[in-house]
Amino acid sequence: MSSEMESKYVIFKLDEEYYGIAIDNVLSIEKVEKVTRVPNAPKYVKGVINLRGEVIPLINLRMRLDIELKEHDKNSRIIVVSMDDIVAGLIVDSSSEVIEIDRENIDPPPRTEGNESTEFISGIGKTLDRLIILLDLVKVLEY
Amino acid sequence: MDLDLNQYIDVFVEEAKEHLQNMNEALLELEKDTSNISLINEIFRVAHTLKGMSGTMGFINMSNLTHEMENVLHGVRSNAVTLNEDIIDIIFECFDMLDYSINLIATNGQEKDDDYKDLIHKLRSISDDSQMQENRDESSHKKLEDINEYVLNILEEAKNKGLISYKIDIILSTSCMLKAARAFIIFNNLESIGEIVYSNPSVEDIEDEKFDSKFSVVFISEFNSEKIKEELSSISEIDDFSINRLDVDSLMTNLQTIEENTEKSNKFKKELLKRNEKDETTNRTNMIGKTVRVDIDRLDNLMNLVSELIIIKTRMDELSQSSNKENMAEAIEYLERITTSIHDAVMKVRMVPIERVFNRFPRMVRDLSKELEKEINLQMSGKDTEVDRTVIDEIGEPLIHIIRNSIDYGIETPEERIKRGKKKEGTIILKAYANGNSVIIEAEDDGKGLDGNEIKEKAIQKGVISKQEGELLSEEEAIALLFTPGFSTTEEVSDISGRGVGLDVVKSKIESISGSIEVDTQLYKGTKFTIRLPLTLAIIQALLIRLSNEIYAIPLSSITEIIKISKEEIKSIHDQEVILYRGKTIPIIELNRIVGVNDIEKSDEYIAIIARKGEKQAALLVDGLIGQQEIVIKPLGKYLSNIKYLSGATILGDGNISLILDVNSLM
Repeated sequence: MSSEMESKYVIFKLDEEYYGIAIDNVLSIEKVEKVTRVPNAPKYVKGVINLRGEVIPLINLRMRLDIELKEHDKNSRIIVVSMDDIVAGLIVDSSSEVIEIDRENIDPPPRTEGNESTEFISGIGKTLDRLIILLDLVKVLEY
Repeated sequence: MDLDLNQYIDVFVEEAKEHLQNMNEALLELEKDTSNISLINEIFRVAHTLKGMSGTMGFINMSNLTHEMENVLHGVRSNAVTLNEDIIDIIFECFDMLDYSINLIATNGQEKDDDYKDLIHKLRSISDDSQMQENRDESSHKKLEDINEYVLNILEEAKNKGLISYKIDIILSTSCMLKAARAFIIFNNLESIGEIVYSNPSVEDIEDEKFDSKFSVVFISEFNSEKIKEELSSISEIDDFSINRLDVDSLMTNLQTIEENTEKSNKFKKELLKRNEKDETTNRTNMIGKTVRVDIDRLDNLMNLVSELIIIKTRMDELSQSSNKENMAEAIEYLERITTSIHDAVMKVRMVPIERVFNRFPRMVRDLSKELEKEINLQMSGKDTEVDRTVIDEIGEPLIHIIRNSIDYGIETPEERIKRGKKKEGTIILKAYANGNSVIIEAEDDGKGLDGNEIKEKAIQKGVISKQEGELLSEEEAIALLFTPGFSTTEEVSDISGRGVGLDVVKSKIESISGSIEVDTQLYKGTKFTIRLPLTLAIIQALLIRLSNEIYAIPLSSITEIIKISKEEIKSIHDQEVILYRGKTIPIIELNRIVGVNDIEKSDEYIAIIARKGEKQAALLVDGLIGQQEIVIKPLGKYLSNIKYLSGATILGDGNISLILDVNSLM
């Protein structure tokens, strides 16, 4: 167990930016396989996938975060997360590491008037070489 | 008491429910046969067990209530109280309270915040009536009630027969580990030379080791005190004992001393209870999940299959290195067999006997027939027919409704029945049995049956159908009107059924779980409802269809027919396309539009699936049919639970997902 002051995050990339999700909420990381479209679902719901016999909704994270869309490629991954009984997959560009971030090194999200793009952010993690946007899963998974 | 009891709540609830069910059955029987002492014993036993269980769990109110019940029952058992209808009604009331309380515990882990004062008062007044002596205060304890007229009578009788009565006080040695067992030996030895007519604490409490080290008995024997002394001396671990000869006159004074003793132990108990109560206030927020009790054999079977799965995995590992194709195919075939078996086994684990639903009916029929002053005999069979747990949860309400209907306006009053030359007592037969892939439930009564003409008139009067339509209807079709929305045959909405909801609700509920209902009636002879249910809801028969390039599943249970229609047959009324199907105009629903794919491929002929929801029908246009198959329903999960027109998903043989269209919500 890591000390109370540190938390582990699964890090992934969207474009050139790094994002993090608390590891406690991550169930697994999968490759993108065949997706079945779900009619009448919100636009950012890409569809459902068959994850070892379970039907899991897939969220297009780029669309959810309002980032320019991009087709997924061989580096694309699905991060399967769970939060309050909801299990869902998030499509990300690539994911490769888990890092520990000291609680002291997490800043509150920058809030500026009229900027809605920060609503999904729970904080900014600072490491030696880069800044990591920590996602607020509750917000991401709500609709 | 630092023990965390939360983890035992599930078990407690499950067991308590079982005990209550036993009590319920015994009570109903008892009502018919008030002299049956073994039923009293059964109810007493349950009350006693519940008292112990709830006490351990810290549900004080429940334990107090059961305690008072015990007293009354004990009185009945010892003939001090004569059982009458009022007493049975009060015990029923207690049962309801307990049932309610258990359900409350199941939902939020807390018992009802009520000390049942009224009920306890009622119970006390019964047990008090039976007492000769009233020199007790409110907090009087049952130990005293045990020595009563009954015991006195026995002693008197014994005296007349020349037997001697003794009061024996026994103190076990403090080092005695198994007090209950030791006491049992003492009882046994004593009973070899006489009869124990009374013990303090009660035999039950002694069996449960609910005593310090002292207990006393009232004992009748033909032998003198020397013989008893000899008998007791031969038993080890007795610290001290005293044998006093009793005569009936001096008994009262003895009573007093017993009372003092019990009062002391009472105080002690109360303090204990208080302490428990404090523990109880540390809030519980656990909820009882849906549980299934499983026969251990079924689990073993599942275990075995899983072990086989592991074996085949190892085998496949090896094969993947040797690349022997033939063996691989064989292994896969084997794997297939195992998965099918596992599937079967898991489905079986989910099955529960329909008893769970049926059990509440005897009580319901009793209460209602009492209320309506009808005499009804309920016969049930096939209680052990097994149905999937999810079906069980859904079928209760519709069945209650049907049976209420039967009691309310199916079965006639006794006078009416006699006039018609029928037996005074009406009969309701409830039957369940498996039939292929479904379970049939029949509810049959020998009441007055349904009158097609009467129903027709009512329907016209209520505007469900027009007069002309009514004339065209056959008897059968008229009766089917019962299931149309907004139809109820009784003039006034009675308390029993009616309530504004009719059989249409029953029908739609049953259809929502892919079942069907039929009615069969003969005027003045009776009515029979037949409900057909799928064995399980997790697997259904479905039709796979193609919409553009996507595959969807439609439950077969909501499909009436598949027809081809030509372009010319499609008419348009107010922007709504319709077709004429068997003399009825029914709307056309283009599924392609519903799911938002390219419009249906233009052609001269279309495939239409005639779907129904209750009386409503619609023609669903599809691009193609793929075939009928059994599908396993998978939930879409919480995240997508609000998506329109979908009821779930299924995984096809190739691993792809196909969504299941919810026909009910389309119409």
